[in-house]
Amino acid sequence: MTKKMIFAGFGGQGVLVMGYLMALTGMRQGKNVTYLPAYGAEVRGGTANCTVVISDQEIASPVSSSPDFVIVMNNPSLVRFANMVAQDGFLLTNSSLVHGEVKRHDVTKVPVPVNELAHELGEDRSANVIMVGALAEATGVVSIEDLKEALAYTGLGKKPKVLELNRRALEVGAENARQVLNKEKSA
Amino acid sequence: MLGEAAVRAGCRYYFGYPITPQNEVPEYMSGRLLEVGGTFVQAESELASINMVIGAAMAGARVMTTSSSPGISLMQEGISYLAGLELPAVIANVVRGGPGLGNIAPAQSDYFQATRGGGHGDYRTIVLAPSSCQELCDLTMKAFDLADKYRNPVMILGDGMMGQMMEPVEFPEMIDLADLPAKDWTITGNQGRPSRALLSLLLTPKVLEDHNYKLVRKYDAVTRSETDWEEYLLEDARQVVVAYGTAARIAKGAIKRVRSMGLKVGLLRPKTLWPFPSQPIKELTRIVRQLLVFEMSTGQMVEDVEMAVAGQAQVHFYGRPGGVIPTPEEVAHQISHYYYQAGLMDGEDEAKRRGGVA
Repeated sequence: MTKKMIFAGFGGQGVLVMGYLMALTGMRQGKNVTYLPAYGAEVRGGTANCTVVISDQEIASPVSSSPDFVIVMNNPSLVRFANMVAQDGFLLTNSSLVHGEVKRHDVTKVPVPVNELAHELGEDRSANVIMVGALAEATGVVSIEDLKEALAYTGLGKKPKVLELNRRALEVGAENARQVLNKEKSA
Repeated sequence: MLGEAAVRAGCRYYFGYPITPQNEVPEYMSGRLLEVGGTFVQAESELASINMVIGAAMAGARVMTTSSSPGISLMQEGISYLAGLELPAVIANVVRGGPGLGNIAPAQSDYFQATRGGGHGDYRTIVLAPSSCQELCDLTMKAFDLADKYRNPVMILGDGMMGQMMEPVEFPEMIDLADLPAKDWTITGNQGRPSRALLSLLLTPKVLEDHNYKLVRKYDAVTRSETDWEEYLLEDARQVVVAYGTAARIAKGAIKRVRSMGLKVGLLRPKTLWPFPSQPIKELTRIVRQLLVFEMSTGQMVEDVEMAVAGQAQVHFYGRPGGVIPTPEEVAHQISHYYYQAGLMDGEDEAKRRGGVA
């Protein structure tokens, strides 16, 4: 099993941290992983994206032009990456900011209003972690439990209070993804 | 990562000047070297850093500097002095797009500069080209050993992608500096022993000529013993891709793709760019007539491949310069283009492709 995913948004949204958390979780499960960030010379507000590969086999190329999952955090990223998702892949969008329509019927679309959910949770900065929770729930590439453990080894889990909050954020994301997917099934 | 490998190889002195995309190295070294009793200096320029490297190397230390393309250009005078003085030092170039200031994206456009010496005078630097984070760690440690063994500067040629990418790495144990062979040429203060000198100014032509030939004999020894490369799926190959570093990884992805379509394609990946694995590439021409050189530049290593095959095989080239990261798909497209063009499909495969019966 090899799963390639691209996280994309603007600098400041925690896009690279999302990818790092996924790669770290995969590594802690004994998988081969690569994490390849790409960002401009500027930081906040510039474009930022990263490619993560999680695999049981040796990873040849850390670059992907047809990722299995694409996680889009803002509108410009939707334009750039939505068409790249492989057939039968997953397209997760931050529906708080992404309003463009995606005319693809061969992928599973999972819109998650992560900014609102983060606000409800009481910490606007947890939007990216909510999205990672949704990704894990929708695709099953790693489990929520594994993510919760790995969180403690990132900057998102340095303080016990922050760790607890981010673990709850993962659950919020997972819960939301479950609702979206159930609705789709029943529709 | 590169920094930790250097520390474990006994590097205790680091001198550098910031430049993207390699700032993670000085950032890491600034804290890590303090923990092991080393010295970190952020110099006022690249010229200052490389000259500090010369000083530490003269005193016998394991020393390193890192930079990226424009910064490495500024260091060329010092690298030439290191070679002339026969001083061991490790220099890492995290290559970015050029020429000029270029950009901060990954490229392989400094191949000529690295493998041809780069500075003035008849000299060579040993050039290592890792293609994964684990190999970057292993080759960094090896670089310090090679530098000491041959008393020669060693360059690690990475790129912006390797500078930023993260992968799991297993670090070897820290070496004990006391286990390293003693150096009998260092300038450490004349305390009761005959005086020593390290000079790169040799005014008498005959003396300099002898020195030049001494270097050549050393370079010949390096070529005989240290040339290194990886062979991937060459057994049944009808076409071979030659690529190094990040490009080789992308090529591997492309080869997996075309193999699933039945194309018999392999990869030869130089791990040392100087000395270049000319011999194994020449031997390839006995089994294949088609080589495809793939680089993230407009074509530099391709010249070494052409020299190695000496007209005994067709050498094609595909490259993307300027910091564009090519995808495995586009490389696979190039591979299959030349594969079909040369008529390398056999009857059965060809029939399958056309959807008919053999």
